[in-house]
Amino acid sequence: MLVFLIRRLAQSAIVIAVMSVLVFAGIFAIGNPIDVLISPEADEIERAAAIARLGLDRPMHEQFLSFAGNALSGDLGTSFVHGVPAIGLVLERFPATLELALLAMIIAVVIGIPLGIWAGLKPDSAAGRIIMAGSILGFSLPTFWVGMLLIMAFAVSLGWLPASGRGATVDVFGVPFSFLTLNGLKHMFLPALNLALFKVSLVIRLARAGTREVALQDYVRFARAKGLSPARIVGVHILKNIMIPVVTVLGLEFGSVIAFSVVTESVFAWPGMGKLLIDSILLLDRPVVVAYLLVTVLLFIVINLVVDLLYSLLDPRIRLGGAKA
Amino acid sequence: MTAASPVSAAPKVETPLKRFVVGFLDSRVAMLGLVLLALVVFSALLAPWIAPQDPYDLSKLDIMSGMLPPGSADMDGNVFWLGSDEQGRDLLSAILYGLRTSLLVGFSSTAIALAIGLVIGMVAAYAGGGTDATIMRLVDIQLSFPAILIALILLAVLGKGVDKVIVALAAVQWAYYARTVRSAALVERRKEYVEAAQCLALPKGRIVLRHLLPNCLPPLIVVATVQVAHAITLEATLSFLGVGVPVTEPSLGMLIASGFDYMLSGEFWVSVFPGLALLITIVSINLVGDQMRDVLNPRLQH
Repeated sequence: MLVFLIRRLAQSAIVIAVMSVLVFAGIFAIGNPIDVLISPEADEIERAAAIARLGLDRPMHEQFLSFAGNALSGDLGTSFVHGVPAIGLVLERFPATLELALLAMIIAVVIGIPLGIWAGLKPDSAAGRIIMAGSILGFSLPTFWVGMLLIMAFAVSLGWLPASGRGATVDVFGVPFSFLTLNGLKHMFLPALNLALFKVSLVIRLARAGTREVALQDYVRFARAKGLSPARIVGVHILKNIMIPVVTVLGLEFGSVIAFSVVTESVFAWPGMGKLLIDSILLLDRPVVVAYLLVTVLLFIVINLVVDLLYSLLDPRIRLGGAKA
Repeated sequence: MTAASPVSAAPKVETPLKRFVVGFLDSRVAMLGLVLLALVVFSALLAPWIAPQDPYDLSKLDIMSGMLPPGSADMDGNVFWLGSDEQGRDLLSAILYGLRTSLLVGFSSTAIALAIGLVIGMVAAYAGGGTDATIMRLVDIQLSFPAILIALILLAVLGKGVDKVIVALAAVQWAYYARTVRSAALVERRKEYVEAAQCLALPKGRIVLRHLLPNCLPPLIVVATVQVAHAITLEATLSFLGVGVPVTEPSLGMLIASGFDYMLSGEFWVSVFPGLALLITIVSINLVGDQMRDVLNPRLQH
């Protein structure tokens, strides 16, 4: 276990180092932020002063070295557009994305598992077929288009839920969250549902496949023979055993939910990290893009590591030895 | 194992292709998917001839016939079956042309990724050892990040353009193929026919290309089909976010995005119809892909 951990951490460090070089080099190569940021009326002296202030007059490797040095001390540069530390901007937006992603995961589990078990217990029934057809549709529908349809149906036509923004927030330890107010929850529901759609389909498939397999096992037959109620068989014996793949996959997918929130946040104007990334890419605000990417890469590495560890805890058949290359 | 061919001296041999076609036509849903897909591909190919109007010839556009609802006609009697956008562009024509861009990006990025993944996966499987471990480590790391994130980074670096989107999507996808090819090749190379070919002292290149490769294709075809649908969705998403194709060559995603603002004021058709076209394309590809997976999966054959 210890060997595994050390190996993984070393590997993660390499990935972060390589990513930061790639991202920095790549972001450096695009467009010229000066054209966007400095008004065309500015004279030569003002231009030169602005370029020097942003540090864009120095050669690329020098810019990278000072970037890397500062990054190690937690400073990822100052946003060209907002004039505040980039890492602060990203972290400030992180709670909004996090709560959206968590609600989406909850929706995926609450809707997906019962439907998946149903489809797994009665695969040939009409309901089972409809559920599976629905899950194919869920995989096929582009997220952003579904988001637009949701806005059109529930915000524009019916007027039940707000179409954009975050609503009222409550501060918990100085961090604003929307899920604690009714107004905030109303704002959250549509984007979270939108973000959950793909994962609902995934959970349905996993739960169905798991149920079909588990329902034939001896211990389920034995429970049935013992005369246990169907509710107890499904709720305890089947549910427990299909949760292993569901938890693993959902854990791994959590990162992708965070990444896909880029799309949902853009549709619903949700002020999270993803919206910040898109705005920064379009405005050529390099430091913010770099900060977002490094924060996300770090997040992914942590998520993957945690899931691997949890996996071995949940399923004792899996051993994390040094042998796993 | 494969079904033994009939003992009777029938001149017709059951080729793998024929077996595949028969198996594929077994499902009505898959047939429907295939018909829909053919319809989509042909209407995209024939767009210049069947579209009522050239949506990018600005001289043909009449701003007076802007924002017409579906089915209405302008003063010259031209009917806009799916309505028009604010510049008086016929939406049906815009969708047909947009489909061309979407399919071009989807198919060409998949083809490029397939070629790269095929070579890299084969090299990994055949070389083994350190080369294999390094390549597969890279594949693992890339696959642990969601495709949309990698594509976003690449496009933030490369900028807008159809060619750039194709490059970005190919870079995102190659790892899937490399992994699939490698695992298929590792299984195949232990089989007797490869051993037989080695005993005949055939050159390595010939064994890989003529013996190993054709037998690794079935799983690859399945992955590629599904990936085309993924690539088209991803392209639409990126264009929607404003980092994909340029306004001059709008894909379906771009059309949907440009209709977004009108949607809020009730003019739904500008983005709903391109969305439906996108949906039909993706669902038909997925239906075909699902059936191919079932037919080509040796575990499901008796």
